[in-house]
Amino acid sequence: MKILVALKRVADPDNANKVKIPASGEKIDTTGLEWKPNPFDEYALEAALRLTENGTQPKVRAGEVVVVTFGPKETETTLRAALATGADKAIRVDAADDKLDGDLVARALKALVEKEKPDVVLMGKQAVDGDSNQVGQILAELLDWPMATFAATIREEAGALLVGREVDGGVSTLRVKLPAVVTVDLRIVAPTSVYSTKTPQTHKYNDGVRFAALPAIMAAKKKPLVEVKLADLAPEQAMKVSYHGFAAPPARKAGIKVKDVSELVSKLKNEAKVL
Amino acid sequence: MADVLVVAEVAEGKLKKTTHSAITFAQKAAATIGGTFSILVIGDGAGKAAAEAQGFGAAKILVVEDASLKNYLAERYAPTVAAIGKNYGVVVGTASAYGKDLLPRVAARLGAGYASDITEVTPENGNLRYKRPMFAGNAFGICSISTPIQVVSVRQSAFAAAEPTGGQSPVETVAYAGPSKAAERVEFVSFDQVKSARPELTEARVVVSGGRALKEKFNQVLDPLADVLGAAVGASRAACDAGYAPSDLQVGQTGKIVAPQLYFAIGISGAIQHLAGMKGSKVIVAINKDADAPIFQVADYGLVADLFATVPELVKGIQAAKG
Ligand SMILES: Cc1cc2nc3c(=O)[nH]c(=O)nc-3n(C[C@@H](O)[C@H](O)[C@H](O)COP(=O)(O)OP(=O)(O)OC[C@H]3O[C@@H](n4cnc5c(N)ncnc54)[C@H](O)[C@@H]3O)c2cc1C
Ligand SMILES: Cc1cc2nc3c(=O)[nH]c(=O)nc-3n(C[C@H](O)[C@H](O)[C@H](O)COP(=O)(O)OP(=O)(O)OC[C@H]3O[C@@H](n4cnc5c(N)ncnc54)[C@H](O)[C@@H]3O)c2cc1C
Repeated sequence: MKILVALKRVADPDNANKVKIPASGEKIDTTGLEWKPNPFDEYALEAALRLTENGTQPKVRAGEVVVVTFGPKETETTLRAALATGADKAIRVDAADDKLDGDLVARALKALVEKEKPDVVLMGKQAVDGDSNQVGQILAELLDWPMATFAATIREEAGALLVGREVDGGVSTLRVKLPAVVTVDLRIVAPTSVYSTKTPQTHKYNDGVRFAALPAIMAAKKKPLVEVKLADLAPEQAMKVSYHGFAAPPARKAGIKVKDVSELVSKLKNEAKVL
Repeated sequence: MADVLVVAEVAEGKLKKTTHSAITFAQKAAATIGGTFSILVIGDGAGKAAAEAQGFGAAKILVVEDASLKNYLAERYAPTVAAIGKNYGVVVGTASAYGKDLLPRVAARLGAGYASDITEVTPENGNLRYKRPMFAGNAFGICSISTPIQVVSVRQSAFAAAEPTGGQSPVETVAYAGPSKAAERVEFVSFDQVKSARPELTEARVVVSGGRALKEKFNQVLDPLADVLGAAVGASRAACDAGYAPSDLQVGQTGKIVAPQLYFAIGISGAIQHLAGMKGSKVIVAINKDADAPIFQVADYGLVADLFATVPELVKGIQAAKG
């Protein structure tokens, strides 16, 4: 099985409260924040690796994982890290963040899919900077492929994937015949979430994503990382959505600490009047 | 810019309450651009559900019913929604799991720009400007869409549910446009519903949420409090990951976004991803044994205490206060 994983790098999500918006409101200032891979995309990569191996012998690759990112030269760090974790090949589509919207990313991915011919495109359900939750769905429609969004479990079957999706009110299970687009949710990296046909159903993965060992980091330097021009994938680069400005969220006024339950109840009843 | 089309959400022959937030958006947007709005009710039992779309002032109520729409699949719904949507300037739904799944596919089919999870709509030189949260709610972006048709999803907690005010909208039955090619390769297998007698998280007046600290006692501790308050129950990611609470209850950036009158965060540290889902609540109460937990920075009332001793006491206190 060949899997294409879209990997976006984002400003450190655990410090998202440190993004600054200058008074002019014209941009978002992320200076001082570290770049990290979008967590959902790291999960997508982990799921892709699980689908292309026998979980009991993770050193033997049984399929191919290609990672792709759209961004400037420095995003190659993210790609090298993905190669060290186990991906086989990386592609950087040269692009500036402010010249992309979800539609353009999806159109370029479509062209890339037509070249690379993966069986599955795996990606995060959302990028935690833009929080849009759109690229996978748009890509699936452009390709006229089936999709399974918000995947929490994936079982490989012959020529298909059985996907459990976290939706409102419960879990919806779909069977998508390949090729297909799958976007992943948080619990896709739980110990029993993903099984290739080679991995015994009794196998339990470690919780979370795997980390690269030092020799793998060295070896990753020799794995292929190619650069592609955005124009070669998407000749039409006009954006459909444009941002005109940014604003800080309204601040909450400082609260108080209450000393015990009876003070809390009295405040809720008499001050906040919510009981 | 013509008119607005609301894509309603239907379940078991009923209109889901998410729809009413999209209607509120449509009323505002239509007034802003000087057009009308219509409501598209599509799905199993749409004919029955359409009656509930009366009274909101829609120009039309469009009904699409077909046996193959029984279990929702975007690949079956998107072609019809797009075929109807192409006669409109704005297509809107709510950013529920359904809306998030379906609407980007509809946008792609229409060659339309898509803005998700918007919290505000304002006029701008005859076009619409949208405000939407980014970076886990730590910034709002103000954007507009340049395509002839625009597709948006609205954040349910930011648009108060529309109330019917009377009047009858004409009902039109529209033929199902058929599935896309992709639909031949996707099969609905099952839906494992988490049944609950409690109010929906996104609609409740009071939400009681628990975190990792509750462990296996999640329900044992929180249920009595939720009962006495008539509250919905929510959870942190850590509580869901550990299986103490069903995933569907996760509140946060990547879970449910809630903005009730009263929110309890119990044994929740207050990671930014959690705050993103509940910061809009009117009154926030935090109970945590760590006085430095970040949750106290957003809490109106913070109580530093052991939750296992405190919550039962709180239940009694509230019972007494309610009389
Ligand atoms: C300074 C700045 C200015 C911007 N201006 C605009 C603007 O004017 N209009 C606008 O629409 N957007 C703008 N953006 C956001 C834009 O760059 C987003 O990357 C783009 O819209 C797609 O991301 P998303 O958040 O919509 O993705 P989502 O739909 O939330 O992402 C889903 C998945 O798609 C994949 N994906 C998304 N983006 C990438 C990527 N770059 N590389 C690899 N995989 C990816 C990932 O797998 C991700 O998990 C701006 C961003 C910055 C930093
Ligand atoms: C991509 C991504 C998306 C995420 N999305 C979400 C999301 O949508 N929602 C979400 O909630 N999280 C989300 N998270 C996870 C988030 O970062 C935190 O890890 C999570 O919210 C922590 O959950 P918690 O507060 O229950 O656990 P902890 O952080 O472990 O906090 C437990 C708290 O309980 C307190 N405590 C312990 N014992 C007691 C006691 N006896 N009495 C009182 N207090 C006690 C402790 O002091 C502590 O503050 C996301 C993370 C990532 C990477």
